[in-house]
Amino acid sequence: MSTNRRDFLKLSAGVAAGTAAAGVGGEALAQGKGAPALKLNPEKGAKLRVLRWKRFVQGDEDQYMKNVAAFTKATGVEVRVDSESWEDVRPKAAVAANVGSGPDIILGTFDDPNLYPDKLLDVTDVANYLAAKYGGFYDVCKQYLFQKNRWIALPLGCAGNCLVYRESHVKAAGFSGVPKDMAGFLELCKALKAKGTPPGFALGNATGDGNSWTHWLVWAFGGKMVDAKNNVVINSPETIKALEYAAELYKTFAPGTLSWLDPNNNKAFLDGQISLTANGISVYYASKTSTDPKIKELAGDIQHANMPIGPVGHPTELNLFFNQMIFKYTKYPQAAKAFLQFMMEKEQYEVWQQQAIGYVTQPLKYYESNSIWTVDPKHTPYRDAMKVMQAHGHAGTMGYSSAQTMADFVMVNMVAEAASGSKTPKEAAERAEKRAQRYYKV
Amino acid sequence: MTAPGCGASRSPVFQSNGTPVSLSRFFDNRNVLGLLFMLPAGALLIVFLTYPLGLGTWLGFTDAKIGRDGVWVGLDNFEFLFGDSVARLSLFNTLFYTVVASILKFVLGLWLAMLLNKNLPFKAFLRAIVLLPFIVPTALSAIAFWWLYDAQFSVLSWALTKAGLITTYVDFLGEPWLARLSTIAANVWRGVPFVAITLLAGLQTIPASLYEAASLDGATEWQRFWYITLPMLTPIIAVVMTFSVLFTFTDFQLIYVLTRGGPLNSTHLMATLSFQRAIPGGALGEGAALATAMVPFLLAAILFSYFGLQRRAWQQGASDK
Repeated sequence: MSTNRRDFLKLSAGVAAGTAAAGVGGEALAQGKGAPALKLNPEKGAKLRVLRWKRFVQGDEDQYMKNVAAFTKATGVEVRVDSESWEDVRPKAAVAANVGSGPDIILGTFDDPNLYPDKLLDVTDVANYLAAKYGGFYDVCKQYLFQKNRWIALPLGCAGNCLVYRESHVKAAGFSGVPKDMAGFLELCKALKAKGTPPGFALGNATGDGNSWTHWLVWAFGGKMVDAKNNVVINSPETIKALEYAAELYKTFAPGTLSWLDPNNNKAFLDGQISLTANGISVYYASKTSTDPKIKELAGDIQHANMPIGPVGHPTELNLFFNQMIFKYTKYPQAAKAFLQFMMEKEQYEVWQQQAIGYVTQPLKYYESNSIWTVDPKHTPYRDAMKVMQAHGHAGTMGYSSAQTMADFVMVNMVAEAASGSKTPKEAAERAEKRAQRYYKV
Repeated sequence: MTAPGCGASRSPVFQSNGTPVSLSRFFDNRNVLGLLFMLPAGALLIVFLTYPLGLGTWLGFTDAKIGRDGVWVGLDNFEFLFGDSVARLSLFNTLFYTVVASILKFVLGLWLAMLLNKNLPFKAFLRAIVLLPFIVPTALSAIAFWWLYDAQFSVLSWALTKAGLITTYVDFLGEPWLARLSTIAANVWRGVPFVAITLLAGLQTIPASLYEAASLDGATEWQRFWYITLPMLTPIIAVVMTFSVLFTFTDFQLIYVLTRGGPLNSTHLMATLSFQRAIPGGALGEGAALATAMVPFLLAAILFSYFGLQRRAWQQGASDK
């Protein structure tokens, strides 16, 4: 896989973006030349209100607002942008959907649009246009947002979640990098622990970090919450294997991970208390931009890698998926669509990714060629976040059941119970099965 | 006033200033006036209290989801919650949290109030200082506690380690029972000032003559506390503890910031679980049912303090009947 990608990058290097025609695995990644144009005419006097999740890295917000200003300049459409902590966007979006008024556009997460698809404006035309022009969407985008032959919202990207580690500590433990298989990964963690530089992964009710790595782990062994028909199948031999592995892995963790919420691993890592965790690129960004010389120095030692691949033989990551919804109640549907189209165009999207140093991974394959992914090799693993991820309701469909199961931390709790030894793997899987069955009963 | 000279057959309809007589009488009626004056307050209560409470209760009996209206499902949500191990655990957690925290807050609050009631130097200043934990927004003090309890950065663990009392950091929020006790400690820290200051106000209303008389009769300090202070304080204790229990039972912010209900759901209270189910989870009906399920417990707490602590006979020196 990586050889292919490198070959592709070599091929495309130096070729002006938009004219390159190279492929990986038979997929056209070039900016589609013959893509049909989409000309949207914003309504006269249109004004838009956008609600988005609050930035994780400052560069994101600064550039997003610059792009918004450019849109206003180009179209005359005024745009007001409000931001809220990402976990608070969901209730606000839900209220907007319920009462039929609120922001015209909401940048949400995961499967929000699947909770109220009928309240959302069909954006199939914009999606088709972008897909044709920019090499198509990754499969996971369809899983999240394509329903009954239409796009209910537009993918924005995802916050990639990779292994973040201290290169010197991994070397000191006798490894040249992070092993790509599960057995090797466990050995690395054991060696790190033995050296007094343990790993640490969140096992508290951490909405982002907790869900990401526990889903990866269970999926890597072939366990899954539901099958394609939404039957709960979590209590399986594969899951048990994953949980037994989790129990072994947990022994190597720094103390206190059962209570860790989203910020804990960042703090512990930057303080040098753990040498390996799973996180967005924000740790690296925080270190690079820190005014504290000690933390700044750390940036040189930080490395990233994709999560190891388990017995299923393919990547099984879960990343924080971002969508863009236009609500039907908007008075300016054309302006709203034009706004999303404008923000996803190369001129805006690439710079935005660059300013956020790759915090958001693209949903459109063409943007794999964005220089942000290669300007610093440490960015590269995040480039593939969308390619290597599965939807959280895997292998079933998205909707209330998948949303509830994740919101109730069924997967995180199961792994935490088995890892900490408070329940045996079998008991933990049975309990998760019972809890999930309640949500999938309808 | 009726205009003179009018025949009995033609009853006067208007006053000299043009107001209909019947309307004027209507407005002169004390009951009508009372009702009118109460209207604004009544409307506010109905709009902002009764309606949301009623809607919440109604939602608890429907299968409403975020973005979708619900249909009446009777007791389905309650049956579901009763069979749900996490919901049952949250009920236990809530009761444990409320009972332990309330008792601690009462004992410490009363003790603090009695200390503050003595003639101390800088009395006013000290009393103001004591109120601080109550004044600081809960979310902020919760963040302070989050750092105090941090598995890696806890200053408590650091101090204990430096003092040579422990060798590894205490995992305050990582071990279920320790997490429960740690969250209770944070709640008590925040709640004690409210109890203390209110009881202090109560203490100051007790006439000094009672203590003088008791002293003349040779009462010990304990007897003065037991036979004068406590009975005289019971009405205010009833009020302050009712409020304290209500605040504790419905606590949300502290848990949400500290643990989000973890580890392994051991600190999930009914309020936090209700939010988790209704908003991030999208199951409005289930969340509302969980919130509604809190009401009987709250009513029981209110009734207990109302009837249990308002013991007038005891206050007047007789024994209860």
